[in-house]
Amino acid sequence: MSEAARFRVTQSTRTSQVAAIVALAGIVVLAAVPWWGGRSEMLLLGQIFAYLALASLWNLLAGFTGLVSIGQQAYVGFGGYMLFAFAIFAGINPLLTIPIAGALGALVAIPVGMLVFRLSGAYFAIGTWVVAEVFRLSFAQVSALGGGSGNSLPAHVVRGMAPDRDMRDMLIYWAALAIALAVIGFVYAILRSRQGLALTAIRDSEPASESLGVNIWRTKFIVYVLSAGATAMVGALIFLQKLRISPDAAFSVNDWTAYVIFITVIGGIGRIEGPLIGTVVYFLLRELLSDLGPVYLMILGAVAIVVMLRAPRGIWGFVVERYGIELFPVQRRLHLEGAGGSPGMRRTGASAAGADAASPAKPE
Amino acid sequence: MEWVNAVVQGILVGGLYALFAAGLSLIFGVMRLVNIAHGDLIVLSAYIALLTMQATGLDLMTNLIIVVPLMAVLGYALQRGLLNFTLGRDILPPLLVTFGLSIIIQNGLLSYFTADSRRLRSGALEVSSFPIGGGIDIGVLPLITFCIAVGVIALLQFVFYATPVGRAFRATSDDPEVARIMGIDNRHIFGLAMALSLAVVAIAGVFLGARTIFDPASGPARLLFGFEAVIIGGLGNLWGTLAGGIILGVAQAIGAQIHPGWQLLAGHIVFLIVLAVRPRGLFPRVEG
Repeated sequence: MSEAARFRVTQSTRTSQVAAIVALAGIVVLAAVPWWGGRSEMLLLGQIFAYLALASLWNLLAGFTGLVSIGQQAYVGFGGYMLFAFAIFAGINPLLTIPIAGALGALVAIPVGMLVFRLSGAYFAIGTWVVAEVFRLSFAQVSALGGGSGNSLPAHVVRGMAPDRDMRDMLIYWAALAIALAVIGFVYAILRSRQGLALTAIRDSEPASESLGVNIWRTKFIVYVLSAGATAMVGALIFLQKLRISPDAAFSVNDWTAYVIFITVIGGIGRIEGPLIGTVVYFLLRELLSDLGPVYLMILGAVAIVVMLRAPRGIWGFVVERYGIELFPVQRRLHLEGAGGSPGMRRTGASAAGADAASPAKPE
Repeated sequence: MEWVNAVVQGILVGGLYALFAAGLSLIFGVMRLVNIAHGDLIVLSAYIALLTMQATGLDLMTNLIIVVPLMAVLGYALQRGLLNFTLGRDILPPLLVTFGLSIIIQNGLLSYFTADSRRLRSGALEVSSFPIGGGIDIGVLPLITFCIAVGVIALLQFVFYATPVGRAFRATSDDPEVARIMGIDNRHIFGLAMALSLAVVAIAGVFLGARTIFDPASGPARLLFGFEAVIIGGLGNLWGTLAGGIILGVAQAIGAQIHPGWQLLAGHIVFLIVLAVRPRGLFPRVEG
């Protein structure tokens, strides 16, 4: 084993350790918002957390798994409707319906995934959109849930969460923060796991990864189902924030997919940090420009096109290329010890995952 | 008889869906590009027809002489100026750029024309129909649409398999690198393919606008219908696409006959059934 002693593989870096400490402090500050911020800050931050979670999940699919979906609104709306169904008809506390929505979302994604996985590439994208339309048209037929015109969460159900409004706002805010953190943690955990290694390998070369024993279909399918479940949880949260649902709002391709794609592309697709940056940029632009109405959306579309053509890796991709900073350490760095081995002299993961997967020293 | 009538009307609508699908299928065949803005370009053509008909006073059919070349030029410019830069191994850039384009077109139309529904007037054509027996009437406009759809598909088939430009289309489709070695300018060929696609889109837009009301948000549904017709019929088979359009139209008509809310749902469900049972479509092109 003298061969193995001459190199070691690390994942975390000094930057990522510092980032972890800063993030921890940030989380404490955010968790304390109900005590130092007003109601409007809590509402805005709640929306930001929801979009951050949706964008992180879309990024996991498109940026790491190669599954470009234009139909994730299917699961957002499904989660929202499950919240209404279980809170109204089963009398379950709305907050507790969120995990139920997640479990059912993942369950529904199994047959849906088996169907849409028959389409590849761009046709997969449109296929997922058809499925979202089927969901929208189907829920519009359910008169118990308000049919085509929608439904509001009854006052007694809302009061069931907590008797006074301030307490409810705080609970919903913490739920949003918890879900955003859980989603980022989930994406990070997947990418650090065996599945993540397989995903990176698949992204870099399908034939090479298959020859190394990666089951491409199964790996992608598992990620699709899990992220559908998580998206449904975010959907339940979003409609708990809104307290009102209708088929058009629940399954809106603009609200739950177009903006999410914009956020991910601007921030940096295929990087965990991307959606974080993108969400901040998106909400800044929204605050500045949303008075412009349709013109604002045209600007978003144009910015997305320019970024895709000129800087396809987004803002964070530029930072990584320029400074080599990585806040979420998912790359594996190979340090050769002895002759000329400088720390971090070879980075694998982002560019040479095929070799990475074959590496004998695979740390878990 | 109501059911027979639904089937007959469904077949005629199917021609329109085949027109939506033909342009989509064409560019996918030549350059593996899926144009998410396809439906919005159909609606854009309908609005252009609205403007040019108002400005020139031409009737619906004659107006095609203006709209079709205009959209073809736009298609060539769009391909050379934007979409050619997105083509490559990665599927993400073309998908996201055309998605951005879709949002720009929709909101551009919204800010210029407002969200009001419009319709293209076609004078006497609008209301004229003739009986074919059994109490079933066929509208003249739907029949013309269907015949034009068949004509367009026959023409595309001819262009693809019997002309030099069609040979260049097939060559770049099979192997873009070798095609370039043989002296074919891929960028120009892709431009021509998009021009041809948007010429068909223009025809589709005009007949869509004459048949139903449309608004700036009508595009995505048209993209989905076209896409479903392509997949039901089988990728790469133009006559299959016509059959796919007809199957979709009939499914929607029968769904609407059962319950008004089921019209679109029935079409989507037939598509999903075909995807489950025959993932390569009903009439896949024989490979090799």
